[in-house]
Amino acid sequence: MSHRPVASPLHAARAGAAAAYCMAFAAAGLVFEHPLVLGALGVALVASAAACGVAGALATPLRLAVPLALSVLVVNALVSRGGLTVLARLGELGPLGQVDITLEAVVTGGVMALRVTVVVLAAGIFAAVVDPDGLLRLFRRVSFRSALTAVLATRLIPVLARDARRLDDARRCRPGEAVPGRVAVLRAVATGALDRAVDVAATLEVRGYGTRGPWPAAPRAPWSRHDFAVAAAAAAVVTITVGARLAGVASFAADPRLAIPLGPGEVVLALALGALALAPLADRRGIAR
Amino acid sequence: MTVLAVQGLTYTYAGAAEPALRDIDLRVEPGEFVVLAGLSASGKSTLLRAASGLVPHFHGGTFAGRVLTGGLDTREHGPADLAAVAGTLFQDPETQAVLGTVRAELAFPLENRGHGPAAVARGVEEAALALGIDALLDRPTHELSGGELQRVALGAALAGRPEVVLLDEPTSQLDPVAGDELVWLLRRLNEEWGTAVVLAEQRLERCLAAADRVVALAGGRIVCDAAPRDFLGWAADAAPALQTPGARLFTRAGLRPPPAGVKDARATLRSHGLLAPTGPPSAEAAPPRRRRRLPGRGGRSAETTALAFRDVWHELRGGRTILRAVDLDVRPGERVALMGRNGAGKSTLLRHAAGLMAPTRGRVEASGRVALLLQHPGDYLLHDRVGDEAPAAAIARVGLAGHADRHPRDLSGGERQRLALAVVLGDDEPAAVVCLDEPTRGMDRGAKGDLADRLRGLAAAGSAVVVATHDAEFAAAVADRVVLLADGRPIADAAASEVLAGGWYFATETARILGGEGGALRPEEGAELLRRRLTLEVTP
Repeated sequence: MSHRPVASPLHAARAGAAAAYCMAFAAAGLVFEHPLVLGALGVALVASAAACGVAGALATPLRLAVPLALSVLVVNALVSRGGLTVLARLGELGPLGQVDITLEAVVTGGVMALRVTVVVLAAGIFAAVVDPDGLLRLFRRVSFRSALTAVLATRLIPVLARDARRLDDARRCRPGEAVPGRVAVLRAVATGALDRAVDVAATLEVRGYGTRGPWPAAPRAPWSRHDFAVAAAAAAVVTITVGARLAGVASFAADPRLAIPLGPGEVVLALALGALALAPLADRRGIAR
Repeated sequence: MTVLAVQGLTYTYAGAAEPALRDIDLRVEPGEFVVLAGLSASGKSTLLRAASGLVPHFHGGTFAGRVLTGGLDTREHGPADLAAVAGTLFQDPETQAVLGTVRAELAFPLENRGHGPAAVARGVEEAALALGIDALLDRPTHELSGGELQRVALGAALAGRPEVVLLDEPTSQLDPVAGDELVWLLRRLNEEWGTAVVLAEQRLERCLAAADRVVALAGGRIVCDAAPRDFLGWAADAAPALQTPGARLFTRAGLRPPPAGVKDARATLRSHGLLAPTGPPSAEAAPPRRRRRLPGRGGRSAETTALAFRDVWHELRGGRTILRAVDLDVRPGERVALMGRNGAGKSTLLRHAAGLMAPTRGRVEASGRVALLLQHPGDYLLHDRVGDEAPAAAIARVGLAGHADRHPRDLSGGERQRLALAVVLGDDEPAAVVCLDEPTRGMDRGAKGDLADRLRGLAAAGSAVVVATHDAEFAAAVADRVVLLADGRPIADAAASEVLAGGWYFATETARILGGEGGALRPEEGAELLRRRLTLEVTP
């Protein structure tokens, strides 16, 4: 989960535009509940990641997101009291009391799981394509320390992951029964992280950190075709999302009965969001650095 | 103006019983290249940290005396202020890159100093070109090799053209090629930009040829401050552990003056008529041994082979091939050095030996337990007491019995290495094979000598010892056989005297001085050869 420069339109776009693109899709995932729209968002984001050469970078966040999404689905099905279409009567289940599994609760849990997945996909693409140094330049005038802390955290993730792997290898090299538990390794990783933090703090000092006042405005770099395309897609996603909500397109209700309208409005909305995810990636001129 | 002036500096770290520096007086003039020499814990790093203002502002402690860096008094100006006049580089490349890309890393110190966008952009370009890292500008820092990262960190230290650059063993984590390149880069910047350099270094043979002056420290005091040749003359009597192999060669052969580098040594030998005419190294000196037949039943029985690699391949899914058809036998009691550039496959081979990795083709056979000590001994130390890390007998065997109640983090680098060795050796079944991966990084000569003795002892007790190292001097001290790896397979496999005498990078300083003559690798062997030649000259 760290930025890797790849020749892609999203990487070629400035950090602010690429961040806006990812956040626009995450916001759409949070706003919409319609399964078709959420499914379209998920597929569009995976296709976008593939087009940018970072599909592999989604594996780790998905490994975390899928169990979480499934847990949300199961828990909601078990604890939700809404819905009239009973699928199964489980009777008394300890502290949960009388449990009836309803179609509405299962679908609502599925929608929540889809939302989690869409947001995680958008965050995974964000981590893979948005240059943290670009974000630092963007936010340092507002809060340099916070921005720098975020960048350092991003920078240190792979370093600490390597430390953890090394410590685990060393643990496996211990003979016989002397192999200590993972807690001991975790403690050593934490101690190592603190040591690294001290070293990094010393480096920041000798690079002159903290000697100056407010930052000057960042140099105005000319907007490239990719900056325009990605920022326009982000703006369009936000506009369409707000418009659809105001117009009542892709509404969703699950209590007392499921109401998932599937008309031309929903289909067009799903197709539009998918197209907006991929449209700025079509032009591949000038994407290599 | 003097770029660094230290007057009567005595400094004690917070909580320490003894001062780390005592009564230090030192002046460094513009354009000087000064090497700080000394054993571990002699005070080199602390002196550099005092010059950069980290002592006392970052570390606290008790500070007496005065340090002026670029004319700024470090009692009044912290490290961030001093960064404008002094660039600082530490040992570990990993912790010196604080931002995501090389461009941002080089820009960071300039931006901190308040330079405008145009000046920052120009400073970044100039630093990148000066250090030859312009091709890396848009690369993420976490993808760079150690050598590349250290160059980037040096670029960040030099961005803005400081008057003096302070370097604390910057080559200790690098392979010899990257280390040599860094030192020569410093010399070039010193000559072309006039930047004063203060460099703390353990492997003096790497940098004395570039130095104007050597300042030796012991116990926190300056014990010698002289030109390189004079320092080596002093070290011959007062601090033999600080002598370079070339200087030891000359001292033992009774030759004067001690040489500051290979070129210097060869010129002196040539002037005395002691240098044999050299030809190209023999291509047949060290052919790889494929499936070497060993004495005993079928040559490869469990009794005669402690460790065997049979057609071992390691191919990464979607990546490169790290090991290619490796066939290698190691006998009990044999001491083998694995050498080769970074990425040649040394560490991967050791990981296969210990079962941390499995071959994608072929097999690895061991006659018993394989103990593996990886590159960072600190990774093995997980407890709060030395006594809890390994069985008491194992700790006693590595000479740390009296340290059982100390915290492992309070041990010196050499002691930590010994403790980690005790952890992997354990107490129960003796290891059939002991493997060590780059065990000498950051060690001084004394600690290396101790480790070499210990490994010879293990081999004498019957264990096969396999050491992956870039350190040709250590390989010569430990190994009776050297396997040179390149691109995942052995390209040379022969006695140490054959492999290490025939090259340039994979050769000891003695071998380089003598052109590989007589297979002499260590100063003692080279001196014997020179003495014989001197005797022949005197008695025709």
